[in-house]
Amino acid sequence: MSTATFRIYRGAQGGGEMKDYTTEVSEGMVVLDALHGIQADQANDLAMRWNCKAGKCGSCSAEINGKPRLMCMTRLNELDLDKPVTVEPMRTFPHVRDLVTDVSWNYRVKKKIKPFTPRTPDAPDGTWRMQQADVDRVQEFRKCIECFLCQDVCHVLRDHHKEESFIGPRFLVYAAALEMHPLDTLDRTEELKEAHGIGYCNITKCCTKVCPEGIHITDNAIIPLKERVADQFYDPVKALVRLVRGKKA
Amino acid sequence: MAHAPLPLAPRKFLETARTDAWWLQPAVTFLVLATFVVYSTWAAFQGNHYTFGPYLSPFYSPELFGDSPHAWFGPKPGWWPGIMPFSPALLILWAPGGFRFTCYYYRGSYYKAMWADPINCSVGEPRSSYLGERFFPLVFQNIHRYFLYIAIPFLFVLAYDLYGAFWFTDASGHTAFGMGVGTVILTANLILLSSYTFGCHSFRHLIGGILDRLSDRPLRKKAYDCASCLNGYHERIAWASLVMVGFSDVYIRLCSMGVWTDWRLF
Ligand code: SF4
Ligand code: SF4
Ligand code: FES
Ligand code: FES
Repeated sequence: MSTATFRIYRGAQGGGEMKDYTTEVSEGMVVLDALHGIQADQANDLAMRWNCKAGKCGSCSAEINGKPRLMCMTRLNELDLDKPVTVEPMRTFPHVRDLVTDVSWNYRVKKKIKPFTPRTPDAPDGTWRMQQADVDRVQEFRKCIECFLCQDVCHVLRDHHKEESFIGPRFLVYAAALEMHPLDTLDRTEELKEAHGIGYCNITKCCTKVCPEGIHITDNAIIPLKERVADQFYDPVKALVRLVRGKKA
Repeated sequence: MAHAPLPLAPRKFLETARTDAWWLQPAVTFLVLATFVVYSTWAAFQGNHYTFGPYLSPFYSPELFGDSPHAWFGPKPGWWPGIMPFSPALLILWAPGGFRFTCYYYRGSYYKAMWADPINCSVGEPRSSYLGERFFPLVFQNIHRYFLYIAIPFLFVLAYDLYGAFWFTDASGHTAFGMGVGTVILTANLILLSSYTFGCHSFRHLIGGILDRLSDRPLRKKAYDCASCLNGYHERIAWASLVMVGFSDVYIRLCSMGVWTDWRLF
């Protein structure tokens, strides 16, 4: 057994400070284990969220040494334990207490996106037929665990707080999963451009870097959506073709 | 549940809790891009030492008008305004330059390295106002696909140049098939530029990404898969091809100036 120091943000409603806690650590531990040790022995009132401890529920998001990560998936042997390890709440969302933030904005955003609307069923029993090859793309996006680390790191939300006009990378992934779905019949391009604010993304890929599910958020979701928006709104030749053919899309 | 309306205060410029060398990546990007821009601009204005033997510098290809035997339509045109500097590169370099400038990958990286927006992930920014690519001027980045349409024919021109780079003329005027170090460099250059162009996001979209169902179009599906595969390496290929195209010009320039010797392999 050796010891390590964790410098943890303590306080409520944005008024707080970093406090040091030294605790025993052993091989194979993750940051969440160490914080549980601290909570048990030294800070019973330390507020944090967690649930599965397996990187699947998306509850334990925090900023460890300044990087948005899941506490349960950050192994101590990846960190330099000679220096204090800082653990802070996600900066983008309203602060509640210690490491807990209010992520409910995300749920409200999700409701604004037109839901999945499939074509009429292919078979009389009300089922559809799809090829695996056509859903491969969408399945990558379905891996999302809604940890909101990508929303946290995205500078459009984090530094510029464009919550009113930009839905953030998580929901661009969600919109991409609907838009590219072979059964879906709706077109969300106009909303993507206007209300969802895809143009605010400047493709700097921070979201992709932090995604614990390894979703290629920028390359596979956002940029292909930007291309679809460009098809409809920024491509003069396509606009001309539409005009000549007399149809909208 | 009562909760606070506000998040923690945004970080100030360069402020971060990151403990790694987060400044290294934007610093290297800045240096490489700035070096390339300065060198290519300088080289484009030179108007000389852009050919050597059968080689033509990719900065000068296609040579529409110029004094070298590679010129398509003869020497500098009479209508060129006298006060403007002339070089064959100035006529064409806007095309590959614009293609790279509007490339999704380069955009993301120079917004970070050159404009600090953000300088790196979870590091504080210098400005609080932000327009992104939603409004003027950056909304014009959406023109990228048109630069792609121009970049593809350029590859054919470079392939034609490369074919020429295999034919060496000796002192007696006799032309023979051969290969020099320059041929190898120009081959590598064409391979990298093609991989860069066909890994472009706009190409990937055009070839298949635009459709939600590809299983009933096997050929497009194959092309889309290949473009996606190249696209996965787009960042690395972007850098490699940038360095290679610059080096091709340096190589031909230094050979032409007599500083370097072009070794003949056979
Ligand atoms: S790539 Fe776009 S969505 Fe992702 S973090 Fe950067 S600005 Fe935000
Ligand atoms: S896309 Fe990735 S980072 Fe974003 S919420 Fe989903 S799992 Fe988390
Ligand atoms: S506790 Fe479920 S993701 Fe960490
Ligand atoms: S060349 Fe990079 S995205 Fe088109």
